[in-house]
Amino acid sequence: MKQKSVAVVGAAETTEMGKIPNLSQLGLHADGALNAMADAGLTAADIDGIACAGESPVNLAQYMGIVPTWVDGTSVGGCSFMLHVRHAAAAINEGLATTILITHGESGRSRVGVGGYGMARASQNGQFEMPYGPMGPPTMFTIPWLRYAKTYGATAEDLANVAVIQREWAALNPRASYRDPLTVDDVLGSRMIAWPFTKLLCCLVTDGGGALILTSADRAKDFPQKPVYVLGTGESVETQMVSQMEDFTTSRAFRVSGKKAFDEAGITHDDVDHLMIYDAFAHLPIYGLEDLGFVGKGEAPAFIRERNTAIGGKLPLNTNGGGLSYMHSGMYGMYAMQESVRQLRGIAPAQVEGAEISIAHGVGGMFAASGTIIFSNVAP
Amino acid sequence: MSAPTAPARTRPIPEPTPETAHFWEGTRTGELRIQRCSDCASAYFPPRPFCPACSSRNVEVEAASGRATLYSYVIHHREVPGFTSPYAIAVVELEEGPRMMTNIVECEQTPEALVLDMALEVTFEQVNDEISVPLFRPAEASQSRPASTEAVR
Repeated sequence: MKQKSVAVVGAAETTEMGKIPNLSQLGLHADGALNAMADAGLTAADIDGIACAGESPVNLAQYMGIVPTWVDGTSVGGCSFMLHVRHAAAAINEGLATTILITHGESGRSRVGVGGYGMARASQNGQFEMPYGPMGPPTMFTIPWLRYAKTYGATAEDLANVAVIQREWAALNPRASYRDPLTVDDVLGSRMIAWPFTKLLCCLVTDGGGALILTSADRAKDFPQKPVYVLGTGESVETQMVSQMEDFTTSRAFRVSGKKAFDEAGITHDDVDHLMIYDAFAHLPIYGLEDLGFVGKGEAPAFIRERNTAIGGKLPLNTNGGGLSYMHSGMYGMYAMQESVRQLRGIAPAQVEGAEISIAHGVGGMFAASGTIIFSNVAP
Repeated sequence: MSAPTAPARTRPIPEPTPETAHFWEGTRTGELRIQRCSDCASAYFPPRPFCPACSSRNVEVEAASGRATLYSYVIHHREVPGFTSPYAIAVVELEEGPRMMTNIVECEQTPEALVLDMALEVTFEQVNDEISVPLFRPAEASQSRPASTEAVR
């Protein structure tokens, strides 16, 4: 696929971040979309393709006054927006649309204008997982960790290091929800949610949104912002039921999506200057570093402990503070990509000097799905 | 019912589909049923009328031994209707290979008592006339009572 012919020309988050009780879910989509359109110097009349998750793209089109010739409502959880970027790149290359808007908005904390949760009792999850008392991601996403820990000798301190180092990044980000320094003891001493996961090993629950606008690389040069090119993309899914993962020490969806993106981009791991790994819980960056191939199996805890992903380290990771400290509305993938774009535009609060290639790697559901986008600010 | 108080909440009750009815018929009579492919011999779970390994529709239902090991878990500390916290939400690996989510009963719900790879055996909890859910307990807890003869309560 001709990945290298598409670029991000508009990118923005919602005006406010964290607690936004005055906007509904649809309103958050629109706020991020309007900011991204302003960023790109466009109005709704210029947009001919839309994609979103968590909200119907039909609602979005009508609400925003957009007449699309291409629509994508792929909804596989928090990485849906990575998949939208991938599908948008294909659509632009194929001529299905020229200027595509991808939106996210979620009233995760305030719950304004939000549909209900719940699994049908006759669904696979309803029959074979819900009867055993899981209550949302903190009790399901976390189940594989003990098997990883036994296999590789990892500890709760290894999890805590993820949260501590990301808080250091968050301290540099004025929009981060939590900015005060943390210690390993603080993390492990916080309220127990689902042993061995304490509260500070789990993501925030906040309100927010964001949007991206993509167009062809040829057109991108005419837009006001520095283009951020899409070098490679990947996607995959594994299982809606965490109990049915092939292997609890590694995500097949991560591996498939990551390899596809690297192959398309034609880059090596050493080329990567900046990395975002969707961190709904503290074990996800550990799985992500290994499954994307940055380190070997079982090596991520030591890699993090040795501060390779921290400020000044060789692979800056989750530089906005991540879902653990920056924000997490429920479907975090959009925010990971926003930080990649900020880093490659050179405007991130915790800017990685000279960053040219950034990867945003997302997860959907509880290891159910994955999407990987490799961005660059160097014209291909 | 004339009782002034609402009945205690139960665990979420699964609703069988045509493809899973044999599984829930099995648990109702104290049998844990899995499926096996007649072509490639793969054992699998959850139920479906074809083999996820080779796509064959030539599959059979069989009774599992009920023996399993503890593959991974968390211990949930928050309150959930129908459960007494803290309680473990576990994934066990059946002797035949497939894994399933479950709860571990007749066992302290502590990291010390719940040791990965410990031997387990199936037991059944009746939720209502139609549904009994398979749970697991430490194998040594009832060596004299094979799981297959455990009566439905």
